[in-house]
Amino acid sequence: MPQYAAIIYASDVDPTRPEATELMQDYNEFGAAAQAVIRGGAALYPTATATTVRVTGGKGGDIVTTDGPYAETKEALTGFYLIECADLDEAVKVAAQIPGAWGGAIEVRPVVDFG
Amino acid sequence: MIGAGDAVARLVRDEGTRVLATLVRVTGSVDLAEDAVQDAVVRALETWPRDGVPGNPRGWLLVAARRRAVDVVRREAKRLGKEADAMPAVDPFPDPVSVRDDLLRLVFTCCHPALSLDASVALALRTLGGLSTAEVARALLLPEATLAKRLTRAKQKIAQAHIPYRVPSAEELPSRLAGVASTVYLIFNEGYTGRDSLTAEAVRLARLLAELMPDEPTALGLLALVLLQDARRAARVSSGVPVLLALQDRSLWEPELIKEGVALVGVGLRRTPSIPNPYVVQAAIAACHDLAPSYAETNWNAVISWYDVLLSVQDTPVVRLNRAAAVAERDGPAAALALVDALPDLDGYPWWHASRAELLHRLGSPSASGALERAVETGLPDAHVAHLRRRLGPQ
Repeated sequence: MPQYAAIIYASDVDPTRPEATELMQDYNEFGAAAQAVIRGGAALYPTATATTVRVTGGKGGDIVTTDGPYAETKEALTGFYLIECADLDEAVKVAAQIPGAWGGAIEVRPVVDFG
Repeated sequence: MIGAGDAVARLVRDEGTRVLATLVRVTGSVDLAEDAVQDAVVRALETWPRDGVPGNPRGWLLVAARRRAVDVVRREAKRLGKEADAMPAVDPFPDPVSVRDDLLRLVFTCCHPALSLDASVALALRTLGGLSTAEVARALLLPEATLAKRLTRAKQKIAQAHIPYRVPSAEELPSRLAGVASTVYLIFNEGYTGRDSLTAEAVRLARLLAELMPDEPTALGLLALVLLQDARRAARVSSGVPVLLALQDRSLWEPELIKEGVALVGVGLRRTPSIPNPYVVQAAIAACHDLAPSYAETNWNAVISWYDVLLSVQDTPVVRLNRAAAVAERDGPAAALALVDALPDLDGYPWWHASRAELLHRLGSPSASGALERAVETGLPDAHVAHLRRRLGPQ
């Protein structure tokens, strides 16, 4: 069966804050209802926690990080990886190895751990 | 009594930064550590002037701050009905190496490349400088609410994105230290036009970096650079108006700071025999000015040679523009104007237009006033506009 990425664009909230409780209940309900088709997924911390990684000069070039999300429209969203790293420094190093970083950008965003 | 209170306040502030650096490691949270140290500092300021400073002030603050942090964590755990995580103990007599390492961790976390420069500046002043949020806001000319929001956001990012509390590895250190130095130098430049509290903070931070990393040319060069510029502070502003280097009363310059800065330039140069360090070289240029008995007697050959060295590691239009100003003094305005006019992409930079206005004026060209108008349009600070208008005379 074909698989699809369902990418969520919505208001930029921190899902761990008390204000998001109701929203999280809705997501839990969706998660239960769509259990049969969901293969994975994650809630992200707000864009304020994002770091954008670019490699200048192509593969092996200098890693340039900037605070904040990917904010341009030149490039298109072409895929994503879920990576597990000790900290942001390690995640940035991995992101810089992704070919997309050599001509485009990788937005690195922490995933919420509800455990 | 006021004197004793001030001394205590100063001691508390200096120690507070070191205690905070350790508490961030122990608690794993900048926010919690700040709250805990703040609480301990308030207690110290209440009791020390009255009862005397304890024999081991750092240990006192460490223990008091950790106790507060444990209380906060227990209370929060109770509220959530969870078990509180155990918190590592603190050594009330920490060895100097561990104190130094914690401070370095704090330095590199505040100036982490995943944070914006604005956020790093605010964090560095707040945590490393030990200023209150209100003081940081005042120093940066920002509303306190804006600054508080910026700090909260930065601390949230550190926590949620897991920015590590770590000293970079030897291979990462040069690039990470460059980020730290540019943060401190930005603070210095923000204060350069008369906000002395900011320049004082930047000098204090530069001293801290040089103390923590005495072998790093960037740290030595940065301290030399800010000292050699700060030495001219008393002469730089007269009745609230900035005074150009050429017109400053050099008897107001501080010889002690110049001496210290020049010595640091020497150390920095000896440590960088093959690859020049931009901060050391900029400090060498500042030293040429500081050591000249008068503007006319400046060793322009030396200044220009240092700019050539700087260009070999930092070739930017702005460095070339500054070099041209020295060329004007040595070779005359025509030679300098040719260099200035050859610089690309500076049409939006007020100092480029201001240099042209000055050089055209020296050449007796009527185009000088047009250049001045462009300088005004692109945002040249008022005091410099006024100076140039006086130079150019009635139109």
